[in-house]
Formats: sequence, C-alpha cells, structure tokens
Amino acid sequence: MLYAAVAARSFRRFSTYRTATLAGVFTNSVFGVIYSYAYLALWHQRPDAGGYDATDAVTYVWLGQALLMTVALWGGGTTDDLAERVRTGDVAIDLYRPVGLIGWYLAGDLGRAAYHLLARGVAPTILGLLLFDIALPASPAAGLGFLLSLALAVVTSFGIRFLVACSAFWLLDQTGMRMLSGVLAIFLSGMTLPLVIFPEPLRSIALALPWASYLQTPADIWLGHRSGTAIVDGLGLQVLWIVVLLTLCHLTLGAATRKVVLQGG
Amino acid sequence: MAELRTAPQEYVWIARMWVRSSLAYPLSFWTLTVGSALITLLDFVGLGLMFHSIPTLGGFGLREVALLYGASGIGIGVADLLIGSVEQVGVHVRTGTLDAMLTRPVPLLVQVCADRFAVRRLGRISQAVAVFGYGAWWVDWTLPKVALAVLMVASACLIFFSLFVAFSCIQFWTVDSTEFANAFTYGGNTMTQYPMTIFPREVLKGLTFVVPLAFVNWYPCLYLLDRPDPFGLPSWFAVLSPLAAVLTVAVSGLAWRTGVRHYTSTGS
Repeated sequence: MLYAAVAARSFRRFSTYRTATLAGVFTNSVFGVIYSYAYLALWHQRPDAGGYDATDAVTYVWLGQALLMTVALWGGGTTDDLAERVRTGDVAIDLYRPVGLIGWYLAGDLGRAAYHLLARGVAPTILGLLLFDIALPASPAAGLGFLLSLALAVVTSFGIRFLVACSAFWLLDQTGMRMLSGVLAIFLSGMTLPLVIFPEPLRSIALALPWASYLQTPADIWLGHRSGTAIVDGLGLQVLWIVVLLTLCHLTLGAATRKVVLQGG
Repeated sequence: MAELRTAPQEYVWIARMWVRSSLAYPLSFWTLTVGSALITLLDFVGLGLMFHSIPTLGGFGLREVALLYGASGIGIGVADLLIGSVEQVGVHVRTGTLDAMLTRPVPLLVQVCADRFAVRRLGRISQAVAVFGYGAWWVDWTLPKVALAVLMVASACLIFFSLFVAFSCIQFWTVDSTEFANAFTYGGNTMTQYPMTIFPREVLKGLTFVVPLAFVNWYPCLYLLDRPDPFGLPSWFAVLSPLAAVLTVAVSGLAWRTGVRHYTSTGS
C-alpha cells in the first residue's frame, strides 16, 4: 500500500512540467522522423536486414522514441534524487526510515515511468502511425507481452541506475558514472541501431546483456518477432537480469551503509 | 563597442573559474570527458555498422559520410563548448540568478554562455575532428577546396551558435522548454550527419531556406567530393555557407535582444 502511494505521488510529481513534456514530445518526434528516413534508406537497399522489413524498422524507431524516457535510457528518474541526497549527506535520514531504500526509490521510479509512458510514449507512437504507417502489435498476446516486458525493462534500468547512484557513496558525485552508464545504455539497448543488425558475435553478446531489455526485447515482442515460447524466453532473461541487478543493489547498499556508519554519517 | 572588445576577456575569466570548479571532482571530470567522446564515438560506430549491411547510404559511401559527419560534429562541438550553456537560460530565469547577472558589468549573453563552462566537451570535438580527418584523407585537395573547407567549418560553428542562442530565447517566454531547442541543435546535427539524399526534397528545401542547416556541411561537401548536386541545385550554393551563417547570427542576435527586453523577473 505504501509503495503504491509513493508511486502515485511520484506520477503526479513528474506530471507538473507540462511545457517540458510538450517540448520533449516534439523533440522525440523530430528524431523519430530523422531515424525513420535513415532506416528506410538502409532497408531500401537490404529489405531483409536483421530479419526486419522496412515497416518493422520504422516501427522500431518510433517505439525507441516512445520508450526513451519511460526506461530512462539517459539516466535520470528517482535515482538522481538518491545520488543528490548521498552527495549532501541527507541519505543518512533515509537510512533511519523504517522503509527499504531500494523499494522506496523503485516505487517512485515506477510512478515516473507510468507518467512518461502516457505523456511521452503515446504521442510519438500516434505520430509514427500517422506519418509512417508503423505496425501495431502483432496480436493481443504481443500487446500484453510488450507491456509486461516494458515493466521489466523499467525495473532493469532502475537496477543499473541505482548502482550508478550508489557510486556516489564512494565518489561523492555520480555525474561521471551516470554519463558512462548512459553511453553504454544508448548503444547496447539498440537505440543507436537495432541489435538484430549488429554483426556477429557483437549481436549475440548484446542480446544477452541487460540493456537488450530496454528496447530490443519489448520491440521484438510488439513486432511479433518473438511469439509463443520465445516471448517467455525473452521475459525470462529480463527477470534473470533483474534478480542479478537487485541483488547487486542490495549488496552495494549494504557495503555503502557500513561505510557511512564508519564515517559517522 | 567597448563592451564588445572586453567581452572575450570576461568570457575567459568566467570560463576559467568553472574549469577550476569542475576539477574539484577529478574522477567525475575525467569520466565525463571520456564519456562525452565515447557517446559520439559509439554514435559513429553505429553509422559504421549500418555500412556493414550496405555499401552506400543514399548513394554515399562511408568515407563521404565521414566528411559530412565530421564537419557537422565539429560545428556543433565548438558551439556547444563555447555557448552551449545558453540552454540553461530558463533555469536562470526560474531561480532568479538572471537578475544577479543583469546587475553585473559584463554582457548578459557572455555570462549566460560562460556559465558552467565545461572543458569535457573537448572530448566530442576531438572525436569529430578524427572522423573529419578520416573523411578528408580521401578528398582530392586543391587550394580552393582547402579554402572552402575552412569556410565550411567556420560557418558550421556560427550556424550552430545561432541555433543554440535563437531557440534558447523561447525560454524567456516558457521557462521549461529546453528540449524544444534540442530538436533543432542536436536534431540538426543528427540530420546533417546523413546525406540529404535520404530525405524527401521538401526536407532539403526547409533545411536550405528556413533553418539553413544544409549549409553546415551538405553544399560545401558536395564541392569537396566533386559531386553534382543530386537535387539539381547550382554548385555555387557551396560558397553561400558564410552568408547563411551571417544571416542566422543576425536573426539570433535579434531574438536574444527581443527575449531580454521581454524578460520580467520572477521576483524570487
């Protein structure tokens, strides 16, 4: 109940910046148009690159723009608050509270993601549909699987961002690590280029890493390139990474807490 | 006029202060520098991977695209280094720091641009220079081509300068619209990384006559690469880049003045 309340308030907190949302949708759409033409040029010459056809490729572009903020690809979200509180020392108060730190910030981040999905995700998708006639989910199961996979993507991304924020316990300032993490995420999520057209062995490696969760896995389910048991496989790998990442978060936080206590807060 | 003469010196003073402050967290400073080079590096790797599947994109090979990419990258890199902080003008309006700046005897634009000056942005520029060098290696250089290349890079910097300033002025009216400007600055950069042949003709018209991004690299590069214009425009468009740059600088100067005149303090 508590976590639901935190998530709901976080949703409202992020929904205050209306002009910023509008400006963001505009920018996402401009990038959507640019990448669409770039991919169309590529798929015009290689109509079956990576097992996608031209419609799949353009759909992938607009899904990417729609999910950019939802999965916080560049970093950001509630983990930035945590890093700032570590830097200022306010985190000492958080650690006194009778609520788990990870759960608290995760709930807040899920609320944020829900807002960004509605505000920053739906509009570019509709625009993509109007301008480039993108594909809709291949089946109701694909639509449902996509949403499930997206939720797992947000948690995966949270795990990585939480670890980055925890680096502030040792470095005081997370900005450098946050940027490096963002760079990896942009490339290995398939935002720069779909992972499916990476040359081997880069392709297989990238598909096995947690960042594939961010865009490639949900997009493949949406497009119907993962169907039936392949959906379950995809979701399974996402869950596996979540378990690994959240365990790491827990261990890191434990180590950090001991350090804070040693310093006397 | 006296103001204009001292402005560079004042800019350097403020910038130097921010450099010292950013070195207070040395590890963050270095990771940010490496990270900023890595972002653009991986961006180019992505473009290279596209060429793994196809020999040419819109009729242009990787070497030719590298020239386009490098020219545009240097342009936005230099502009971002020197005046990218102008994006934050909305924050200054909201928090009231703009009032403090207005009372200081240094031009407002200098203060806003030099604020949070970040040397790490050199990472991006060096990557763009490397890619441009790779593309330039294959060009048949002549004296006019060298002159045109110099003009191209200078104009590219000025055009991106102006776009940063002009679109940041919107924040005098709506303070949280930073991302809107990104569509034209970073979006313009991304767009000009590709040969214009992949876009419909209307897009090129817009980028020539409305937001003159095509002059950042497209027209001059066609000349450097000895290519006829695929859209059938005359080849002397190549030398129009400086004119386009001067025009955009004038428009952005006007926008800045209008914005500052419109500014009313939040009173906080």
